[in-house]
Amino acid sequence: MPGFDFSNHNRNAALHAQGVPLPKATSTGTTIVGCIFDGGVVIAADTRATSGPIVADKNCEKLHYIAPQIWCAGAGTAADTEFTTALISSNLELHSLSTGRKPRVVTVMTMLKQHLFRYQGYIGAYLVVAGVDPTGVGLFTVHAHGSTDKLPYVTMGSGSLAAMAVFETQWKQKLTREEAIKLTSDAIQAGIFNDLGSGSNVDVCVITKDMTTMMRNYIKPNQREQKQKSYKFPRGTTAVLNEKIITKEEISKYVTVQELSSDDDVVVVEKMDIDQ
Amino acid sequence: MASSLIADPTSSSHNLYSFSPSDQTASDIRQHSFYPYTDNGGSTLGITGNDFAILAGDTRSTSGYSINSRYAPKVYRIGGEDETGEGAHIVLSLVGYAADGTALQERLNTVVKMYKYQHGKRMTVKACAQRLATILYSKRFFPYYVQAILAGLDEDGRGALYSYDPVGSYEREQCRAAGAAASLIMPFLDNQVNFKNQYMPGSGEGHDLHAKQAEPLPRQEVERLVKDAFTSATERHIEVGDGLQMLIVTAKGVEETFYPLKRD
Repeated sequence: MPGFDFSNHNRNAALHAQGVPLPKATSTGTTIVGCIFDGGVVIAADTRATSGPIVADKNCEKLHYIAPQIWCAGAGTAADTEFTTALISSNLELHSLSTGRKPRVVTVMTMLKQHLFRYQGYIGAYLVVAGVDPTGVGLFTVHAHGSTDKLPYVTMGSGSLAAMAVFETQWKQKLTREEAIKLTSDAIQAGIFNDLGSGSNVDVCVITKDMTTMMRNYIKPNQREQKQKSYKFPRGTTAVLNEKIITKEEISKYVTVQELSSDDDVVVVEKMDIDQ
Repeated sequence: MASSLIADPTSSSHNLYSFSPSDQTASDIRQHSFYPYTDNGGSTLGITGNDFAILAGDTRSTSGYSINSRYAPKVYRIGGEDETGEGAHIVLSLVGYAADGTALQERLNTVVKMYKYQHGKRMTVKACAQRLATILYSKRFFPYYVQAILAGLDEDGRGALYSYDPVGSYEREQCRAAGAAASLIMPFLDNQVNFKNQYMPGSGEGHDLHAKQAEPLPRQEVERLVKDAFTSATERHIEVGDGLQMLIVTAKGVEETFYPLKRD
């Protein structure tokens, strides 16, 4: 059966009625932006993932692959942005194989909005879709309820206001590639420093007619400095309540034991075809 | 599709149709509410030594996902001669609702000054601690929404630290973390200040192993622990950051240090 499994719904509703709280989902509290320039489009994101006030991931990836020339930045519930983009990416690949054409950004945007509208906002994915296709440059935002926008510069997520403030003061028509990268990364940094839901590094993805350049951790403005103290415990600090020694002879009954002469003498027992 | 036109049997039997007269009285009753408190985030921490006490706090003030201020001190001097706090011998940290924090700090400061003017001698930290508990409890049913830590030197010149709940329950301790990242910092302090879950290597077998005994740490060591506690809390808690302010009480008086933290 395709689609979601709702078999626990009644049980969870009863539990919720008795006052059991919902488990907290990881959210990409996020600043994501996109901006078109002469000959292409650039999207950027911060790298903080949160669960309430706690930082769940200091360097997560919010720029998702859809097709070689179409990428997507995601805000909202982390799992929803990840699975929705992966599903649309998969369906798009099949679509382009059956039509024999390169995928278009409007197609992605339409597939996303139809998928999200069907779930009435319960799939918490807020996306910025960008790419270059045979019809030209495309840049859209898609909200969780299914509404879309087509604009020359866009922002989304909890840091969208901080980022939009940068666009509204600095954006101009006919930007160069370098100017667009500078503008989007400045917008993300405004989110990183002024929005508590956003933080850590800046990821940038530039898409032109000829190529896609993914710049992971393009700016790292929040490197942690060295700690004042070393927290290495002396051996024996932890209590050992019991100890059991398994000899090489004993374990040889169950597994193959091979003696290594040194640390860099790595033995590959079975070679897989992906091993180089 | 027809099923969607039939009303949910679990809902009340009247009001099946949108045009049926609705329950007018229910919609006329509206509950008004006013909640006087907000959480301004941030964290504080205090550790005592043999002849000193340190109180520290980050300087970020937040509301929701916004930063109100990158420099809003949470640690105060109590009983100083003027508004700079010069000559103070007690320090107080207040984290939670910032407006209650400043109000309570001003109130305790006034009390400690009045004590000196009326009795001609400094208030002891022990007396000040008891007075703060009384002030907090006096607002038992409209509390100051703060977690307080009071520190100074006791009658023997040793570091003294008292921690409070919002309505005045207090105790003297060696160390305490409060505020947003208290649950991140306190276990670190238990392990590094009171040596919890640490044993003396080779002192015995299994359950006979001797626990490492806690002893007051030197000042430089404590300052390092405080910095590491705050840089670590900044990494994992979104409401902690911008700056670290430390007030150190010694027999010479109160020293202040400031150390920048990450601003993201």
